[in-house]
Amino acid sequence: MRYLVVASILSSFLFFSCSEKDDGYTPTPVSLEIPQLFGQLLLPPTIPSDNPLTAEGIALGKKLFYDPILSADGTQACATCHDPQAAFSDTRKFSIGIDGIEGTRNSMPLFNLAWNSNQNFFWDGRANSLENQALEPVENPIEMHNTWGNATAELQATANYPELFSKAFGTDVITKSLVTKAIAQFEMTLISANSKFDKYLLGEATLTESESNGIAVFMDETRGDCFHCHGDPNSPLWTDNTFHNNGLDATITDLGLGGFSGDPREFGLFKSPSLRNLAYTAPYMHDGRFQTLDEVINHYSEGLVYSETIDPLMKKVSEGGVHLTEEDKADLKAFLLTLSEPGFRNNPDFQNPN
Amino acid sequence: MKKFALFFAAAVSIIAVSCKSDDDSTPEVTPVSVDLNFTHNWDGSNIENADFETTQYTNANGEELTLSKIVYLISDVTFTNSAGESFDAGDYNLVNVREEDNLTFTPGIQIPPGDYTVSFTFGFDDEDNIDAVYPDLNQTPEGSWGVPMMMGGGYHYMRLEGRFLDNTSTITGFQYHAIRANDQSTTPVTLQDTSIPVTLGQVTIGDNTTIEVKMNAAEWFKNPNQWDLNALPGMLMPNFAAQIMISENGASVFSLGAVTQ
Ligand code: HEC
Ligand code: HEC
Repeated sequence: MRYLVVASILSSFLFFSCSEKDDGYTPTPVSLEIPQLFGQLLLPPTIPSDNPLTAEGIALGKKLFYDPILSADGTQACATCHDPQAAFSDTRKFSIGIDGIEGTRNSMPLFNLAWNSNQNFFWDGRANSLENQALEPVENPIEMHNTWGNATAELQATANYPELFSKAFGTDVITKSLVTKAIAQFEMTLISANSKFDKYLLGEATLTESESNGIAVFMDETRGDCFHCHGDPNSPLWTDNTFHNNGLDATITDLGLGGFSGDPREFGLFKSPSLRNLAYTAPYMHDGRFQTLDEVINHYSEGLVYSETIDPLMKKVSEGGVHLTEEDKADLKAFLLTLSEPGFRNNPDFQNPN
Repeated sequence: MKKFALFFAAAVSIIAVSCKSDDDSTPEVTPVSVDLNFTHNWDGSNIENADFETTQYTNANGEELTLSKIVYLISDVTFTNSAGESFDAGDYNLVNVREEDNLTFTPGIQIPPGDYTVSFTFGFDDEDNIDAVYPDLNQTPEGSWGVPMMMGGGYHYMRLEGRFLDNTSTITGFQYHAIRANDQSTTPVTLQDTSIPVTLGQVTIGDNTTIEVKMNAAEWFKNPNQWDLNALPGMLMPNFAAQIMISENGASVFSLGAVTQ
């Protein structure tokens, strides 16, 4: 039982193949360049059949992602709360919308979204595709507080957007469906798979003693036992893309998945975040309650709190957790930081084109 | 519902028995595929989505518990005829009881209709339990199904989780995870294949046969080892003796249910 692994050796991020027709304009199909480890170990990326990637679609999506035109007063773009320097997250605990109102959840980093094969987006999983997810912030009253009618009318009235939509989708009639398709295409290209730990797995880097003990703590069922929810070297998304209550609160206020599904068994469950790029994505948890990784590790080690839906994987809850030694904590942190990729933040393909 | 890849479907050689056209006595035999339907119960009462986290069970040791998860892997469904000839697609299926994923499985092989002894492996035997090689198990809807390399790598056989009332009357999580037994106190780590060969019994396979495979989850806690959740609530993966006990208890967990044609 073996897989043939075809490892791509192309070094450019995107592989463009040209196909032109004589009449009319055909957008240029693009295939995601699949990182070697993902290609070997994971399922293929999920690209919706009604939204194939094209060079023109991705470029348009990037322009829209960084353009405040989508907000009611032209002050806020997606990138305002999803800053590339913060791995497309927000360094604030709660992002602030155009009316100066704070939200109630921490912004989420954006990468490897095409490998979320469960296609559940937001902390509570309420959006079932990237396209549907992108519908929300534009009209959310405490975010961009716009209407789609207004947003598309403004785009339509610009000098350049109708032509860009025409190149990407063959029509210059701008709709919310096409806007969200373009943005989703750009988001699918945000791939992060070149951290120190990835290089270690590929035999291109070595871990320090502290980092190697850290991965052992992470993988040890009697110590960290993080791998049951946050992936492992053979599952290098470093998330399971599913929902748990990891013991933050005795009383659940934000219902998370349960608020969306209505199922009391799911009250207080949130999507496990990927542990990639933690160096840039503080603060942590759905409500940004922890400023540092030390606080996160202390939470799992001795700060667990019982509530009815707490995940059975959370051990020794009555004692607050398994009480890691100070050395194990420091090593676990050192390992977690090997999952961050400095080059991701500054990847020239992802920066503001406007 | 995600179907797991049938790696060998294409490679399966179809045994077609063709007869001389003038021989009326033996009809032409078209090979058929067989469906397996996995059902789950606690000593006879069905376990369905609505029972998770709500229905209270009592195990053989007298502990009150609820279930939050039963996910398990079966592989190598094998059909052996009276001549001792066996048919095995060599594929696998990951059942998620609560999410109702893959409750029906069609092994990627077609066999001539007839009488067979049907068997399968609970988990992966050592031949199949190869680290990292199955992308759809590295990335299941529940995340990774893998076993850390320090415990020998490969894949989980089962994750059965829930909550029980411990002897201080505290609701406590338990994680009953079955994997290949491993002893890390030796170098290299000692491994013992604790996957479970399950023989369901004799089944007549026709054109359109569905075989019910029943799991009685209470059996995991019963026999021959009466499970004490207070003593062994979890951290069973690196516990060699616990894995042997799980494997022994698993021998009576599965049975043949209804066969429909
Ligand atoms: C005012 C700040 C703000 C703005 C503007 C904003 N977002 Fe978000 N974004 C958030 C927050 C907060 C969450 C988490 C919300 C939740 O889970 O309820 C989030 C979640 C997401 C997610 C889910 C990621 C995942 O892994 O599930 C995606 C994708 C996303 N935003 C894309 C966008 C796009 C595209 C835009 C522009 C159309 C945008 N966001 C505008 C704050 C913002
Ligand atoms: C039962 C599943 C589970 C286990 C086990 C688990 N986590 Fe988590 N983790 C989660 C969930 C769910 C969240 C988000 C919770 C929330 O915000 O309400 C989370 C959040 C985090 C975050 C915050 C990330 C961010 O971007 O906000 C970090 C860091 C983290 N976990 C590290 C760990 C470490 C280290 C371990 C092992 C000591 C571990 N986790 C064990 C499920 C788990």
